[in-house]
Amino acid sequence: MLIRPKAGILDPQGEAVQRALPALGFEGVSDVHVGRLVELDVHDPGQLRAMCEKLLANPLVEDYEIVTE
Amino acid sequence: MKFGVLQFPGSCDEIDALHAARRVGDAELIWHAERDLRGTDAIVVPGGFSYGDYLRAGAIARFAPAMEAVVEFAREGGLVLGICNGFQVLCEARLLPGALLPNANLRFTSRQVQLEVANADTAFTRACAGAGAARLSIPAKHAWGRYYADERTLAELERRGQVLLRYAHGHNFNGSLHDIAGVCNERGNVFGLMPHPEHAVEELTGGSTDGLRIFESMRMAVEGAPRAASALGSAA
Repeated sequence: MLIRPKAGILDPQGEAVQRALPALGFEGVSDVHVGRLVELDVHDPGQLRAMCEKLLANPLVEDYEIVTE
Repeated sequence: MKFGVLQFPGSCDEIDALHAARRVGDAELIWHAERDLRGTDAIVVPGGFSYGDYLRAGAIARFAPAMEAVVEFAREGGLVLGICNGFQVLCEARLLPGALLPNANLRFTSRQVQLEVANADTAFTRACAGAGAARLSIPAKHAWGRYYADERTLAELERRGQVLLRYAHGHNFNGSLHDIAGVCNERGNVFGLMPHPEHAVEELTGGSTDGLRIFESMRMAVEGAPRAASALGSAA
């Protein structure tokens, strides 16, 4: 599960990284956002959405994306 | 009256909360694994780092057995005060609107803050009514205190008078929207704030006893009458 701050909500962590990259010589960087990755093994991937809604993300302030493999 | 103060693994302000509550009434600790609130009249969810603040501050504590009991208690109209991590827990439990996000400056900050009482007509702020009482000087110490709610929710909170405390001009160090330091639910029986009233109840250690007014307000709400003025700390 990839969990990100919702668009439009101040993301000071993303801003700090965005300021740091040019200082190291990496140019042309914009729209930096820092989120979380939750990795797990599960028998029934059908539960993943509910896991995100109930615990892993706060839907008020975060978006999540489920990636299965 | 009797306060119940929750204690999670990782709580660190529960003893101060217990002490503050005992300045105005009886109080006892309730371990997070208990479901019985033991007939308490009001609950304090204290500050600290419940369950290590893993995932998000307050995210795991909301599932504690004691919190299930608190949700039921709040539904029945019981008074619930959440301080700092307790505020985060109450937001995660959806007992309060909005969320607490990392401070805009990304730093853990510990400082004295000046607060303005935006609504003194509530169970948590009624002892702040009157001249000289509508401003509180109490400490704040947190890394995740930026209050956020969407525009519609903020408008509703303002309209219904649910914003009880605001950071005074120049004191909103965490970037909270509308300078919000504390909000209550629509019914007015659940209140959360980031600063720490329980750390400002003794002149000796706090330099201010303004925090007592929050606990005294709750006592007045439960017992229905003001006590002798001496019970209430003088304004700093």
